[in-house]
Amino acid sequence: MGRLWSLLFLLVPVLGTLVFVLAMADIGPLYKHWLPLNANSHGGIIDSLFLFILGLTGVIFVGTGVALFWFMWKYDEQRNREPVKFSHGSHTLEVVWSILPAATLVFIAIFQMDAWANAKMKRPLVSPGADGVEGTLDDIFQPPLVEVVGRQFEWRIRYAGKDGVIGTEDDVHTVNTLFLPVNEEIVIEVTSMDVLHSFFLPNMRVKQDLVPGMKQLVWFKPVKTGVFDLVCAELCGWGHYKMRGRMIVGTRAEFDEWLEDLRQQQNQTILTSR
Amino acid sequence: MSTTTVGSHGAAGAQMSVSQFIDTYVFSRDHKIIGLQFLFSTLLWFLVGGLLALGIRWQLAWPWSDMPVIGRMLFHTEGGQIAPEFYTMLFTMHATVMIFFVIIPILAGAFGNYLIPLMIGADDMAFPTLNMLSYWFMWPAFICIGSSFFLPGNGAASGWTSYPPLSAVWEAAPGSGMAQTMWLLGITFVGVSSMMGSVNYMTTIIQMRAPGMTMFRLPLTIWGMFITAVLQAFALPVLTAAGFMQLTDRVLGTGFFLPEGLIVNNNDMASGGGQPLLWQHLFWFYSHPAVYIMILPAMGMVSDIISCFARKPVFGYKPMVYSISGIAGLGFIVWGHHMFVSGMNPMLGMTFMVSTMMIALPSAVKVFNWLGTIWGGKISFTTPMLFALSFVSMFIIGGLSGIFMAATPVDIFIHDTYFIVAHFHYVLFGGTAMAVFGAIYFWFPKMFGRMMNEPWGQVHFFLTFVFLNGTFYLMHILGAVGFPRRLADPYDYQTFAHLQPMNQFITICAIGMVASQFIFAVNFIYSMFYGTPCGRNPWGANSLEWAAPSPPGHGNFDFQPIVYRGPYEYGSPEVETENYPQWQPPPDKPGDGGAGQDNPEKKA
Ligand code: HEM
Ligand SMILES: [Cu+2]
Ligand SMILES: [Cu+2]
Repeated sequence: MGRLWSLLFLLVPVLGTLVFVLAMADIGPLYKHWLPLNANSHGGIIDSLFLFILGLTGVIFVGTGVALFWFMWKYDEQRNREPVKFSHGSHTLEVVWSILPAATLVFIAIFQMDAWANAKMKRPLVSPGADGVEGTLDDIFQPPLVEVVGRQFEWRIRYAGKDGVIGTEDDVHTVNTLFLPVNEEIVIEVTSMDVLHSFFLPNMRVKQDLVPGMKQLVWFKPVKTGVFDLVCAELCGWGHYKMRGRMIVGTRAEFDEWLEDLRQQQNQTILTSR
Repeated sequence: MSTTTVGSHGAAGAQMSVSQFIDTYVFSRDHKIIGLQFLFSTLLWFLVGGLLALGIRWQLAWPWSDMPVIGRMLFHTEGGQIAPEFYTMLFTMHATVMIFFVIIPILAGAFGNYLIPLMIGADDMAFPTLNMLSYWFMWPAFICIGSSFFLPGNGAASGWTSYPPLSAVWEAAPGSGMAQTMWLLGITFVGVSSMMGSVNYMTTIIQMRAPGMTMFRLPLTIWGMFITAVLQAFALPVLTAAGFMQLTDRVLGTGFFLPEGLIVNNNDMASGGGQPLLWQHLFWFYSHPAVYIMILPAMGMVSDIISCFARKPVFGYKPMVYSISGIAGLGFIVWGHHMFVSGMNPMLGMTFMVSTMMIALPSAVKVFNWLGTIWGGKISFTTPMLFALSFVSMFIIGGLSGIFMAATPVDIFIHDTYFIVAHFHYVLFGGTAMAVFGAIYFWFPKMFGRMMNEPWGQVHFFLTFVFLNGTFYLMHILGAVGFPRRLADPYDYQTFAHLQPMNQFITICAIGMVASQFIFAVNFIYSMFYGTPCGRNPWGANSLEWAAPSPPGHGNFDFQPIVYRGPYEYGSPEVETENYPQWQPPPDKPGDGGAGQDNPEKKA
């Protein structure tokens, strides 16, 4: 029996690796079971970090899994004729297998920091300001193009009107459809009216919880046109599943036209309702 | 030692008066009875939690479809379908039951109670009455949370994390009004119960060890329990306080977690001035250490089982102790990794990333030491050993997936997806639950004086192991696609529409996994009454509990155990036998007569 059990344990690294390989290769039943299309010019780094960690942990996964199998196979009581190795451990080994993983883990952490800073801390600039140096006080930031407010269970979306400022009379309002121009640095202001929501754009590798009482910014640069999902990723009540939005990415001209249409429709309704 | 009372309660059971019966079995102050009470209660809740999980899986595989057989009974109003608010309740209660009523109390309450005095050579806990209360304080919790199933409305429905404002504002979840309040009360009672246990365990382990039982001769199970008790003592007050704050937000109109200007469901909220993120900080300040509360005792038990069946000392005993302590220490400074995208200052995210990466280190050290333990041993593949080895195999997966999520940029994408669900099921089911099964098979003979059926145990192991991986492994893949957790119907999103077949496969495995547990249930109940009777030390183990009769009588030992060595002297060259129990006097020092009763087996 020992042999069979060892083989069962060997299946863990074998099948475990196989599943990931098939998914990455888009083969068979695992077709399209991998990271969805990335359409954000800053999103690729997240995918590569994911793959980097996958490679690293994959080696450890297979290594430890095979070692476990091999020890089970070899030291099965029914076959192992050698006496038990009476040992309480090895100082050298402990040192080695503490320092190596520690160094690796610290390295992984440091390796992530740039990507994190770019995703959450370094808001895109229009220009570094008069002194020409980024990260100084006179930096001119990219202003938010649109504001997204979460509400049970919809996305309220608001574009600046002619004055270019969000929060004034002439804002353009819509619900659940976020239209954005392609190939531009987009900054979005997000918040919530009621409970927590999470603004999740799988294809942009963007996720930010919306917290009532806090205005936050998210930014990305869509580089592909098309229709993408806008998902609510934080439980917000019974209707959480239907808090579905979509993001349409079009050319600048399409965007302007769409916004203009919307503005006119809105003026129309305001006029008729008066 | 109270030799006279040994075995008295078992034999006298028949002629007991009612009040004696109540003293002995209901409001018992004997740590073994209390341990068994915890064990039976938690196993029953395990069943409840498992069925709730099947409800979740049903919806994810065949959304909004008529549930066979039980659907009509449960939701006749919806024509046998799961309603969205019911789905929210399902995953909330599944997690609540599994975490607060199964994993935490089965480790600390059942095994902690049963094993601590026996393994350290004490006749009972330091505070037997407090111990009894710690069990009976679970009942208000059972009632509070159990009743929320039956209260009008839909049960608590803001997830086991209970994030405000959803959880703190009645209008945000109209269906779960009273139930959510009861939920908070229930969690508070669990906290009180754990706190009583924690104080008791710490005192007992520090004060009541048998002569010769130094701290570094404690079995790792006891180290796991000890550090867990310390974690609980430091972390629980924060949860209790936060729970009360949320309770007052709900019922008294305070605004600890509610910001100014909320408009919920078209109602302007009067209260305000608080911060929703504050709850998350307080909650995770408890609940991250709590995830270690949910695994450290399991790690200890696994170490004991592996060493016993590899017939070899634990490799690196002291590094094992240091890593348990290291995990516990670091466990207090990593809570922010649950909040990377919550709106917490991203600068803090960086520090939490580094500390979280570091906590993977002691986990790695432990894995290497388990591998070192079986290296060069003589492994017998008994059911407890299989479960213990599977713990190692599954914990590796859960630990490694933790690294993905600790990496902040990667976590932006996988946070709140099935990747997280895969992670914590690998550590909690693949890890802790498998360890608990192993521990039950291992210590059952001590608890009931009979063996569990071995072939059926192996069948149970095989099916559980296969179905467990079938259920949880593919969730990593779902997570890689971004498949969100806690969503009643994700298939309307174009990104996730094609994932339904995979979810159906997962559901079928989950049904298989729950079904396999009936083998275990039958084996357990049958063996209690008809299992092969066993002696004191059926596994030829070393630690002190095996010196006591099986089951031990009141007062545990029929002789005063004296400890001569550590608990892992298997294959020692000093003796002829394979094991060298802690209580067996060295050959040159004749014993005190009570030692090594019907034991140990000779080396082959
Ligand atoms: C190797 C060590 C570990 C690391 C690096 C790690 C890391 C993490 C991280 C970063 C998260 C948050 C993910 C997110 O929500 O985006 C997480 C979640 C979680 N971890 Fe771990 N973890 C480790 C071990 C464990 C262990 C041993 C347990 C339990 C026994 C555990 C249980 C959980 C649970 C229950 C959650 C999810 C809570 C929830 O959101 O509902 N983890 N882990
Ligand atoms: Cu939502
Ligand atoms: Cu954590």
